[in-house]
Amino acid sequence: MADKRMTADDVADELADGMTIGIGGWGSRRKPMALVRAILRSPLKDLTVVSYGGPDVGLLAAAGKIRRLVFGFVTLDSIPIDPNFARARQRGELEVTEYDEGMFAAGLAAAVKRLPFLPIRAGLGSDVVLRNPELRTVRSPYADGEELLAVPALRLDAALVHLNRADARGNAQYLGPDPYFDDDFALAADRCYVSVERIVDTAELTGSAPVQSLLLNRGEVTGVVETPHGAHFTSAVPDYPRDEDFQRHYAGCAKNPDAWPSFVDRFLTGDEANYQSEVARFEREHAA
Amino acid sequence: MTAASRAEVAVVACAELFRGDGEIVASPMALIPAIGARLARLTFEPDLLLSDGEAYLLDTEGRVEGWQPFKKVLDVVVPHGKRHVVMGASQLDRFGNQNISAIGEHAHPKRQLLGVRGAPGNTVNNRTSYWVPRHGTRVFTPAVDVVSGVGHDNAAKAGQAATRFHDLHRVVTDLAVLDFSGPEHTMRLVSVHPGVSVADVVERTGFELDTSAVTSTRLPDHDELRLIREVLDPAGSREREVAA
Repeated sequence: MADKRMTADDVADELADGMTIGIGGWGSRRKPMALVRAILRSPLKDLTVVSYGGPDVGLLAAAGKIRRLVFGFVTLDSIPIDPNFARARQRGELEVTEYDEGMFAAGLAAAVKRLPFLPIRAGLGSDVVLRNPELRTVRSPYADGEELLAVPALRLDAALVHLNRADARGNAQYLGPDPYFDDDFALAADRCYVSVERIVDTAELTGSAPVQSLLLNRGEVTGVVETPHGAHFTSAVPDYPRDEDFQRHYAGCAKNPDAWPSFVDRFLTGDEANYQSEVARFEREHAA
Repeated sequence: MTAASRAEVAVVACAELFRGDGEIVASPMALIPAIGARLARLTFEPDLLLSDGEAYLLDTEGRVEGWQPFKKVLDVVVPHGKRHVVMGASQLDRFGNQNISAIGEHAHPKRQLLGVRGAPGNTVNNRTSYWVPRHGTRVFTPAVDVVSGVGHDNAAKAGQAATRFHDLHRVVTDLAVLDFSGPEHTMRLVSVHPGVSVADVVERTGFELDTSAVTSTRLPDHDELRLIREVLDPAGSREREVAA
């Protein structure tokens, strides 16, 4: 029986320059931040990142890891704009494919279903069509004859998602109210890496939560990483909410080019254990 | 009870957006429209469905009455169309094209905003209104930089699939209420808030406005003021979203 446990750095090692990487979660919610931090520490470059974006995108953009970004938004939710993302865009550093949120979902769903595209109404008449000239429309073969947008499959080389629990074989569970699109990211990708708060015995998964919370089965998962607080500073309810104080600190430093290098130095240069201990130290300083 | 503030007039104007909507999902994307939607549900639209901004639908008592994760919103709720969204707008033109994506050239924007988010899909699938807390020429502009929400002219150009469910309802601002019943579905001034003149609105709008039949925005009644002040927003957060 395959034991799929690995470390965040193992995941980064299995990725390659130029890959298309899907990142689960939504905005500043349940992002696989420990895996993102592992990518920040790695030499990986020229990535195409596909994300309902939050600080994952801001951090990867600030580190120069992203060649192309496929997105519908990038936001920190309680802070509307991620300053790192905004700066990268305003410097013209990113190639972008900007989709409507529903188009993004349709592109993932097409990849999941191994279809070349899915038709959708969203996007018609908007500048999404103008800014992505490769997009085509498709005419209904039925009596209505409607001409709809054909969103091409968003096929991914790898997906990174963060859930609450998993077993060592990769059966993975969300315990919050929203699965986001993590199941679609997993199936749209050739390989899916799941980080979780805790790896538990299989029986424990359904011991206290309904079976519907088992979002991914092991057949959909390549590797499992136990990373307590691995979504920090985004939320991973019910394990923890978004760390608003730390997010404010992140956004404040990201806004200020003089402060950003010391943020990177303090939080992002060392390993994940260093990150978590620096965050704990930050919380103590902040509480004092 | 003291007279209604500008913010409270705006709350009621936002509540009025939902009049007649019945049992559909209301999706207000900012504080004033959110208070407005809840006010409408407590008064004349009791069947509205409202989310907590996350995955739950909550009833008037704050009880969870439904599950609406983001995937369900995009896969089902938006395309099914039984929904009225009230979005913000960094730019809005006279045909109702909205921009929340970026200011300037898209490849190299002067100012990056949120991204188009769900605006393209919202506008061609379900009823859409806009809320603008600071009515001015920077927002009400002759042309928007990135068409996110689709206006009447662009929907028509894209064809029948884009116009079929296209339903731009109204725009509420800190000064006025507008709709799209001007010539060729352009913006028309419906009403000005108490203390605001038609000239004020015209001066702060960067395109020609149909002002042929302007009325006064109605004032909140006693019961509405009580609900706003004592039940829906006792902390007075509304006053921070709109200048007095």
